[in-house]
Amino acid sequence: MMIAPIDTPVLSVRGLSIALDTRDGHAVPITQDVSFDIARGEVLALVGESGSGKSVTALALMQLLGANLKVARGEIALHTQDGFRADVAKLGARGKGIEAIRGARMGMIFQEPMSSFSPIHTIGQQIAEVVTVHEDVGRKAARARAAELLGKVGIPDPVGALDRYPSEFSGGMRQRAMIARALICGPSLLIADEPTTALDVTIQGQILELLRSLQRDLGMAILFITHDLGIVAQMADRVAVMYSGRIIESAPVRDIFRRPAHPYTRALLDAVPRLGDIDRGRRIRPIAGSVPNIFDVPPGCRFHPRCPVAVLPRCAELQPPRYASGRHEVECVHGEKVLA
Amino acid sequence: MISFLSRRLAYMAATLLLVSFASFVIIQAAPGDYAEIVAAKKAATGAIISAADVQAVRVELGLDKPWHEQYWRWLSGAVQGDFGFSWAWRRPVGEVIAERMPLTLAIAFSTLLFMYAVSIPIGIYSAVHRYSFGDHASSLIGYLGLAIPNFLLALVLMYLGQKYFGQSVGGLFSPEFANAPWSWARVKDFLAHLVIPVLVLGTAGTAYLIRSMRAAVLDELDKMYVLAAKASGLSPMQLLIRYPVRMALNPIAATLGWRLTYVISGAPIVGYVLALPDTGPLFLNALLNQDMYLAGALIFLYCLLTIIGTFVSDLLLVLLDPRIRLE
Amino acid sequence: MSLLESLAPSRFLFRRKRYRPDLASQWQLMWWKFRRHKMAMVGMALLGVFLAMTLFAETISPYPPGQRNPSYVAGPPMLPRMIDETGAVHLRPFVYGSKAVRDMVTLRMTHQADISQKWPIRFFVRGTPYRLFGIIPTDIHLFGTDEGFVHLFGTDFTGLDLFSRTVHATRASLGVALVGVTVSFILGAAIGGIAGYFGGWIDNFIMRLIEFIRSIPTLPLWLALAALMPRDWGPLATYLAITTILALLGWTWLARTVRSKLLATRHEDFVLAARLSGCSDARIIRRHLLPSFLSYLIVDASIAFPEILLAETSLSFLGLGLREPVESWGVLLFAAQSIRAIDQAPWLMIPGVFVIIAVLAFNFVGDGLRDAADPYSKS
Repeated sequence: MMIAPIDTPVLSVRGLSIALDTRDGHAVPITQDVSFDIARGEVLALVGESGSGKSVTALALMQLLGANLKVARGEIALHTQDGFRADVAKLGARGKGIEAIRGARMGMIFQEPMSSFSPIHTIGQQIAEVVTVHEDVGRKAARARAAELLGKVGIPDPVGALDRYPSEFSGGMRQRAMIARALICGPSLLIADEPTTALDVTIQGQILELLRSLQRDLGMAILFITHDLGIVAQMADRVAVMYSGRIIESAPVRDIFRRPAHPYTRALLDAVPRLGDIDRGRRIRPIAGSVPNIFDVPPGCRFHPRCPVAVLPRCAELQPPRYASGRHEVECVHGEKVLA
Repeated sequence: MISFLSRRLAYMAATLLLVSFASFVIIQAAPGDYAEIVAAKKAATGAIISAADVQAVRVELGLDKPWHEQYWRWLSGAVQGDFGFSWAWRRPVGEVIAERMPLTLAIAFSTLLFMYAVSIPIGIYSAVHRYSFGDHASSLIGYLGLAIPNFLLALVLMYLGQKYFGQSVGGLFSPEFANAPWSWARVKDFLAHLVIPVLVLGTAGTAYLIRSMRAAVLDELDKMYVLAAKASGLSPMQLLIRYPVRMALNPIAATLGWRLTYVISGAPIVGYVLALPDTGPLFLNALLNQDMYLAGALIFLYCLLTIIGTFVSDLLLVLLDPRIRLE
Repeated sequence: MSLLESLAPSRFLFRRKRYRPDLASQWQLMWWKFRRHKMAMVGMALLGVFLAMTLFAETISPYPPGQRNPSYVAGPPMLPRMIDETGAVHLRPFVYGSKAVRDMVTLRMTHQADISQKWPIRFFVRGTPYRLFGIIPTDIHLFGTDEGFVHLFGTDFTGLDLFSRTVHATRASLGVALVGVTVSFILGAAIGGIAGYFGGWIDNFIMRLIEFIRSIPTLPLWLALAALMPRDWGPLATYLAITTILALLGWTWLARTVRSKLLATRHEDFVLAARLSGCSDARIIRRHLLPSFLSYLIVDASIAFPEILLAETSLSFLGLGLREPVESWGVLLFAAQSIRAIDQAPWLMIPGVFVIIAVLAFNFVGDGLRDAADPYSKS
């Protein structure tokens, strides 16, 4: 689906389809026709249940898909501040082209801060290495840069921290170090794949705060992948909701929360407990059923078996059309009515 | 780290004590004692030996004392390099062994070197190119290497060497160098002769190490931190060398002691079949002749070697893995 | 579905049409997985051949293993042929006759094929009488000749048929390994079971002991033990002693597996449930814990098997293990000890090929079992 660009977006994904090669030679689609833009300095939240294809999409943006996954179709146009342009989808998973982008123009942080660092190398080695790989600087200069970044992400005694091993760091500290590693070469886009899911709630808040402030200071864009709508409200400028490999609704964050257009988005919001629910007599309503198995995707609208407002048999037969109103877009038969 | 090393040292000492006791038991377990053997030998030459003479030898050697005193006597002698007397060689055991031990060590260490030099690159290759032709070929050779008994491989190589290369494969030197002083030509001759023992001793271990290296690298390649490093722009080669390979070296280093044990275990038979002038034939002939002081001393020394090997591998592990160092 | 049902072959064949992993029992999943492992199936087939050789050794071998052929001493293997020197094809395979020739260089008598004579090979011929399975008297042999003789693997320096001896030796070689594995299986399961079930200092002590045994070069130690065995012991006593010594080789691995699996399962709910319902310790081990990791034990046993086979072969080869008149592959290889013997009669190494094939077969099956033991793992 199209999102009208204000400026040339940092990243513009068009019609991205990722397929899984099964052992018997079939290609099973994991995501279909995923399109979105991220403008400079914008935070886009990609929201969905587990299995909706959001993490796979994130990995595909940097050509990090596993051996049996591949980009079947689509375009991933990267356009950074320094005038660099490339279609990542055409670069392939190996070679100088993609390696020059990873870590330098797009940084990535992962869900598991525990296992994102090698346990037998020091934090300093692993962060400085990113600089030496991408830039023509000596080891000393790279170390100094690493210490500077560690200071920026709020690690006390950054110079001393360089020579410590990941096992000496707490989970929150490790995630800060991971952010430092992702940002050390000043990428235009940071992909954050559920960066706070594995952390305690208090630490979670600190990390989110840190990301927000770094984003403002450095002016980079963030693709924030999460299933937590609370985080979305706190972090995002815009939201794209994924369901079973498709983006079914996207809108500025305010619109998603105030007037969700897709029945799935509404159901998601109803499933979240809110302060004051008890006083108002509101009950949490869990979504009936579960995300369809990728090997067994329902025909027509993928949400129709769980949808309370499905129009049968139409929804079970035809892919619903896309409707847009300003920057709010939705993929649903009721879309026109709801957006109007 | 200090506590780790001191624990290992204490463990090493305890093992050594147990091993020395086992060696002593083996010496004692031979039918008849040393005095009777001496008597029988003398009687065979026609000398008349009385029971009193046997008893005199017995007292002289302390064989009339209770076993713990005898053990103490043997152990304190062993610590100073005195392992008793070999009647088959009519010389002190220590002397006989000292002549041949250096060759055993040379063979054992060459074999270890060979095993690691061959298995690490092949293991990495197999892991990175999983299910490729090279991977299948190396696992096939690995299966064969594990299935062929050492002595049979020695026999076959010896037969082929003799038949097609005309090499005098028995021993470690060609006849013209056997008693020559060390020279460059002699070193080359020695190395050429080392090939077969090293191949024979190293094949099974290499096959095993290739498998474990392959598995270790494959295991590491799946780790999150490899993906994270990849996401920061490292090329596949940089990635492989900095993370999975470096990480996979830990278990390999940890098994160094076992590998040495394994090589030492196999060495006597190979030495015997190839008629090497090392401790192998010495040991087996001592067993066949029930020359137990010699046999016991060799068992003790073989164990000592592997215990030292295990300790070295612990040390290496500490150096390689910060997690143990920080404990 | 019960174990018995799942093992019935007809049900397998029937079920093959409907592959439903979601409904299958654990044993069925294991079998499906094992069957996919091609090398393991090859290994199984080879083991079947060896089993046939142990059962029907007298029938398969054309001569009794102790029967000398004075006119073919140290003779090379005779190749069965279907095409003769003129290129004519014979429907019945034959071997050429043999003549003794003096080698003009070494002045030794050697045997050469005499192409003027053809001895046809017949199947199911009558020969030396024997008792099948030690009971049924018969004189049928799988193959043989009416005139002349056939020595597929040649003969040794005393004129014994190497093929017949190798086939007969399968019994002792695999028998020793089987008994050895069984003994080390019992030892390992018992010791590992004690360590894992009771834990604490008992566990600690047993683990140290295992670590100790593993850290010393065991082969020289067993060689020494074997050498200490009195020479005047009879074949049966030697056999038992060697088997016991070999069993001491294998138990440490099994013990470790049993222990670690026990430690992993002892806190699981079904054990707690059994304990709460008043089961005794022994009953919990036997009825609840053992079945839950039996598959892992079978895998370890299949790995210990070739190890013990190789050890027996090495000991016997050196003259420290089994000895004549007991025949194992290692005992046969004892004749091939010197370079001179191999030079004159390289075919004496043929029993070694059987050792290699047997070890390979066990390793393949072991690998297949290891993959199958965890039926829920991927690929």
